[in-house]
Amino acid sequence: MGKAMSWVDRLLGREEKSGATAKKRLQMVLIHDRSDVSPGVLAQIKDEIIQVFVKHLDINPEDVVVNVDQDERESRLVAEVPLMALHANGRR
Amino acid sequence: MSGKVITVTSGKGGVGKTTVTANLATALAMRGRKVVALDADIGLRNLDIVLGLENRIVYDLVDVVEGRCRLRQAMIKDKRHQELYLIPAAQTRDKSAVSPSDMVLVCNELRQEMDYIIIDSPAGIERGFRNAIAATDHVLIVTNPEVSAVRDADRIIGLIEAEEKGPACLIVNRVKPAMVSRGEMLSIEDIIDILAIQLVGVIPEDEHILIGSNQGTPVAMNGSNGASASQAFRNIAGRLEGEDVPFMELKAKISFLDRLSSLFN
Repeated sequence: MGKAMSWVDRLLGREEKSGATAKKRLQMVLIHDRSDVSPGVLAQIKDEIIQVFVKHLDINPEDVVVNVDQDERESRLVAEVPLMALHANGRR
Repeated sequence: MSGKVITVTSGKGGVGKTTVTANLATALAMRGRKVVALDADIGLRNLDIVLGLENRIVYDLVDVVEGRCRLRQAMIKDKRHQELYLIPAAQTRDKSAVSPSDMVLVCNELRQEMDYIIIDSPAGIERGFRNAIAATDHVLIVTNPEVSAVRDADRIIGLIEAEEKGPACLIVNRVKPAMVSRGEMLSIEDIIDILAIQLVGVIPEDEHILIGSNQGTPVAMNGSNGASASQAFRNIAGRLEGEDVPFMELKAKISFLDRLSSLFN
């Protein structure tokens, strides 16, 4: 491991091992491989989805989360839009 | 009789397809099955040398397809077993010498006589791979616990599904239990998590597998030498025949000194 880790971190098992890093990196890259959508296009889709919500709803763009969910071999784009913020604003 | 066509493939080269094919065919033959191992890697013939039959080749798959010999004449009998045969690939031709429909014809003829037709697929996702899955009933994907091999396996799983040849099963080859224990290698659970397909075999890294290839004697034939690798291949054969064979414990013991040094280095 290239990163400098204190022996305290090692003792407490805080250091991420390369096996775990490999798993995370694979999961990320396979989202794009499977859907044939490049990371850039996915980021753009996220931005545009957020713009649509912001255009029609009085919400904070930072509250909108767009993620890729994995279920077995299916990937799906999941957008989370907290509508509570809208209610709160509406009551004002 | 209607034999089963099993294709061993991987996407990435060098993960052990040929070794797995040779050992699986051997293990099934040792169970008394009629088995033919078919090398579909036209131009890069290798199953013959791993099985130790390289000096007995007269005709090959392309000779059969182009009508220069009957199918039986291209089947080299492995004399160490009751019913194990090899159909070698042509060495001086390329993948285009055989078409997917040729493979269907050849496999349908073999099904009449054999219990299993085990096809060694070439690496890649082009013509040779299409040939290897054209007649298949069951696809086995070989991978290693490496990011490149797992990524390619995922691509192959997608292609198999698209061709409606699935669901494919997975064999993880070259597992180093000590590295997995240290957290420095993808574990079997990690790989299954990522690929989301059924596991059918786990082969530990074992020098006796290479020694077996050196000698043309697949490790599956061994008793004491390379016992766990040998057992791993025989277990896959059992699972393919519907037996519920538990997976071997491959946990390596980490010594106290190793743990201490990994803590402080």
